[in-house]
Amino acid sequence: MADEPTIRAEGLAKRFGDTKALDGVDLDVPAGSILAVLGPNGAGKTTAVRILTTLTTPDAGRAWVGGHDVVREAAAVRRSIGVTAQDATVDGLLTGRQNLVMIGRLSGLRRADARHRATELLEQFGLADAADRVLTGYSGGMRRRLDLAAGLVTKPPVLFLDEPTTGLDPTSRVRMWDVIRGLVTDGVTLLLTTQYLDEADELADRIVVIDHGRVIADGTSGELKADTGGARLEVTLSVPADAAADALAPFVAGPVHVSHDGRRLRAPVRSGSGLATTVVRALDGAGIAVDDVEVHQPSLDDVFFALTGHPSEPDDPPAEEPAEPIGAHA
Amino acid sequence: MTIALPATGTVDTTPRTDGIVRKVADVVALTGRNLVHIAREPAQLSDVTVQPVLFTLLFVYVFGAGVSLGHGGTYANFAIAGLLALNLTTSSMGTAVGLSTDLNTGVIDRFRTLPMWRPAVLVGRSLADLSTAVVCAAIVAVTGLVVGWRPGGSFLATLAGFGIFLLFSYALSWGCACLGIVSKGPESAQGVGLVILFPLAIVSNALVPTQHMPPVLRTIADWNPVSAVAAAARDLWQNPNPSASIQNWPMQHPIAASLLWSIVLIAVFAPLATHLYRRRTAN
Repeated sequence: MADEPTIRAEGLAKRFGDTKALDGVDLDVPAGSILAVLGPNGAGKTTAVRILTTLTTPDAGRAWVGGHDVVREAAAVRRSIGVTAQDATVDGLLTGRQNLVMIGRLSGLRRADARHRATELLEQFGLADAADRVLTGYSGGMRRRLDLAAGLVTKPPVLFLDEPTTGLDPTSRVRMWDVIRGLVTDGVTLLLTTQYLDEADELADRIVVIDHGRVIADGTSGELKADTGGARLEVTLSVPADAAADALAPFVAGPVHVSHDGRRLRAPVRSGSGLATTVVRALDGAGIAVDDVEVHQPSLDDVFFALTGHPSEPDDPPAEEPAEPIGAHA
Repeated sequence: MTIALPATGTVDTTPRTDGIVRKVADVVALTGRNLVHIAREPAQLSDVTVQPVLFTLLFVYVFGAGVSLGHGGTYANFAIAGLLALNLTTSSMGTAVGLSTDLNTGVIDRFRTLPMWRPAVLVGRSLADLSTAVVCAAIVAVTGLVVGWRPGGSFLATLAGFGIFLLFSYALSWGCACLGIVSKGPESAQGVGLVILFPLAIVSNALVPTQHMPPVLRTIADWNPVSAVAAAARDLWQNPNPSASIQNWPMQHPIAASLLWSIVLIAVFAPLATHLYRRRTAN
């Protein structure tokens, strides 16, 4: 068993009417590691998680969690997993404590054990003050943390987190990352899904990119970024200057593209600290006035464009947009 | 914020219960949860607290002014059994609404990822609704006593009358569970439930004697299980029971008919609800 991956899927397929939600997906998550499944809305991430957590049966293919078949040994799988689904699965009319005690009881804990465990988790997740408040008084971030705590009541060795930060504001998101990072120690195996490359980058050992129900890339975040050409430099000049492209050449990792009006320059770069400063100094030294310098980290859009040749537009409009400051997107 | 390692902690989280004890524990946990829900939902709470008082007062004083029973029987003595039937029948809709609400949120998915006894979701729901039926029945009874209702039989016979109502209410809640599972959402469950349950309660001997109804309605009313239950209680409580003169089997044997109806409803709807629930949550 030592070399067996804790989570394994082979050729998972699932169809909803005419839509192929999954079209032959293979996954391997070694014990004690974190896999991020990255993809846009509608890519099939949630369907994959639902199959692995016994909520849905696959039309084809097989999957095992902790050595147990998710279809034939669903009960055994349920005993070893913790799940935080994309929809809030905590009970909005109970208090935080009542939710955790109920889940403990439904997991077979004795009443006293369930109560102690609830108190322990509420403290660990910074919810002790809100423990006896009904969930209608919780913020989105608090609900997510409670949802995560609900998945941890039995200290399961395998965890599934489906888009744990979608819809959260940036502060709650970073806080959630801290919580998730805390889970990776002590041999917990974790599969999380996300729409955000930076989240996968922050948390995962390995990333699987899926699109239209198929795995289109698999690797570490470094490998994926290399595939997408890394970061991109964009410079806007005050007035067009022919010398600008030459001045940039020493700092970029590919050809410099100049816009029709001659004011905007674009080039792939290997991002390093101080890059923007260096670029401004170099242009200033060449007597060129600069209006704006931006270094774009590769986004999920870039990854998708590089891997598939099409943007990561979902087939249907996204239910929730990434919680980013207004105006951050062009 | 510092987060301690989640897999650590001092509490032993090994499951301790198994077998039948485990099933009972699951049912108890979910029954408790549903009762908290009812207590925190003003609409559902009012269905079992305010509505019984309101209905009892309105019917006894408004209908009571116009219905003549003969033989010196008072409308209050006649009506309380019928009002219990009306209140318990319409409040069983709570089962449909509650279950439908659960099915439309993520909470059922959470339950389905837990190593629990799956039918506990349905059993816990029906038991919570039985508990609220007890509260509802008690409120009607107390209001009834205030407005002049007096059960005439022995204490045991009085209790038996309530027992028949509660069993019937429990049986109806399994029918409502089926409705809750097949409906799209709580609103449609409530809408359809009202269309089925309200006529069921009204086209009966619950509030007026059936003797003066048009022939078709009268036949339906005399075979309606609600009529059997109300007649059984009137029988046990020695309250005026005009249906006693109706020559059909259920009205001549209302206690046996009530028990039979309840058992048949449970035997049909409990397995059906389990089947529909499995199918609804299969994917």
